[in-house]
Amino acid sequence: MIERRPLFTLFCHVMLILGILAIALPVWLALVATTHENTVFATGTPLWFGDLGLQVFKDLLSSDSRFNNSALPITHMLFNSFIMAMTITIGKLSISILSAYAVVFFRFPGRMLAFWMIFFTLMLPVEVRIMPTFEVITNLNMLNSFSGLTIPLIASATATFLFRQFFLTIPKELIEAARIDGAGPIKFFFDILLPLSRTNIAALFVITFIYGWNQYLWPLLITTDAQYYTIVMGIKQMLDVVDGIVEWNKIMATTIIAMLPPVIVVIAMQKAFVKGLVDTEK
Amino acid sequence: MSSHVGFKNKWLPIALISPQLLITLVFFIWPAGQAIIQSTQLEDAFGLSTEFVGLENFISLFNDSNYLSSFFTTLQFSLTVAILALVSALMLSAFAEHITRGSTFYRTFLIWPYAVAPVVAGALWLFLFDPTIGVIGELLALVGVDWNPVLNGNHAMWMVVITSTWKQISYNFLFFLAALQSVPKALHEAAAIDGSGPIKRFLTISFPLISPTSFFLLVVNFVYAFFDTFAVIHAMTQGGPSNSTSTLVYKVYNDGFIGLNLGSSAAQSVILMALVALLTVVQFKYVEKKVAY
Repeated sequence: MIERRPLFTLFCHVMLILGILAIALPVWLALVATTHENTVFATGTPLWFGDLGLQVFKDLLSSDSRFNNSALPITHMLFNSFIMAMTITIGKLSISILSAYAVVFFRFPGRMLAFWMIFFTLMLPVEVRIMPTFEVITNLNMLNSFSGLTIPLIASATATFLFRQFFLTIPKELIEAARIDGAGPIKFFFDILLPLSRTNIAALFVITFIYGWNQYLWPLLITTDAQYYTIVMGIKQMLDVVDGIVEWNKIMATTIIAMLPPVIVVIAMQKAFVKGLVDTEK
Repeated sequence: MSSHVGFKNKWLPIALISPQLLITLVFFIWPAGQAIIQSTQLEDAFGLSTEFVGLENFISLFNDSNYLSSFFTTLQFSLTVAILALVSALMLSAFAEHITRGSTFYRTFLIWPYAVAPVVAGALWLFLFDPTIGVIGELLALVGVDWNPVLNGNHAMWMVVITSTWKQISYNFLFFLAALQSVPKALHEAAAIDGSGPIKRFLTISFPLISPTSFFLLVVNFVYAFFDTFAVIHAMTQGGPSNSTSTLVYKVYNDGFIGLNLGSSAAQSVILMALVALLTVVQFKYVEKKVAY
């Protein structure tokens, strides 16, 4: 602390608390909405809890509850989201750490070409090449499948860069020592490199899990079969009520269910998250 | 990198890197090439024959007032989101940097929106902005605004801007906080001895010193607003009313996937690729000459 200015410090606290409240406002109102009967909303949004308690959540999560027109129970959508997020995360981390290992610790023909090809993917987000990517998936017969949902998303330039950056800081004496002791490249990778990369793996895990769980455009493009719908897509379906009443209490309960897993991951692994965010971008 | 000792093995590294390369080739580079080829072709309505038309798709795009207005909409949207998200995050991080006690507590409660899916954010805010039952609509009615994002393009634009900004504040906050914390304390102490207060010190010391971070974030926020807000728009407005929130990415999706106009959609994809490439180069140029404080 540089000087004592209790009034200014108080002002900072007040402003931060106001900021937090403003940011939390939509979630607060959503939580309140889940405790009311849907008829309440005809007269406006309530600001305080009603008397339904957790009933709406219980109904939604009970084994076979289907939301008006959606074809899949919410528990099944959650399961799909989980499979998708975990496959993308594990796949992304595995292939990135392997390719970074190859680029940093080996000399082989086409090394720089391979590196630049991976770099190039940074400039090609799905959003800008929607139709041709859809055609590739169609030709490979990967529409409506978990492989189609996940495999195209596990290539990653940022994860490869982060591992490469980290591998470059590993002193060469370590490799020399390992080689003198007779460790081959595979033993070196599993016994030395992998344990050293733990914090980086944790950091990337948080970022990638959120990325995988929150995917929207991709599943929207390649799934027409309701069996593969994720929870994030499910919410959009619920909002599309053509005629009839929008069941706000159920929609808000579903949004809260859908945001809980990634929010819990971020808060529980806050340190790894901050590191992952700052490291992958710089 | 060249001074690094490595293992001598010819096939292992190629085997290690091939999964990544394979996915990159099949799902990234091949479709990008296809987009470039298709952008010079015209397909008939049944997809039976294609004909090479050169730059015709691009020329008709730039003569299409819908496309030009979508360009303008995207710029307006991205600029507003970037400025709002940067200014509010900078203020919050400056407050968080000033206080010594409880900053971790505040950080925890400020970073979680980053984890919320754009569609989920869209649903949450749609509830607040609903013209008949939403809280914000009711508040605005008190000051005489007839809030209706379903019919009023400006209202719809503000709705997607606020939702997109809400999601981006946490990201900017973390980067600004890290940058502010790396400003040397000695500079602040010296200025404090010379009698300048915290606000003056922020404006004359911290803010100029974190300008590389601010510039970097400006680019990142622009990219975010350009490309990552598709889900927000798709969930909240579907580009409407009457295209007032139809950004370039939304239009690529709508023209290609819904309208099935392949040539035009491919040409739009190529233009967007050029834009991402440009923004990526700008971003990496910054990283190269990182300013040391």
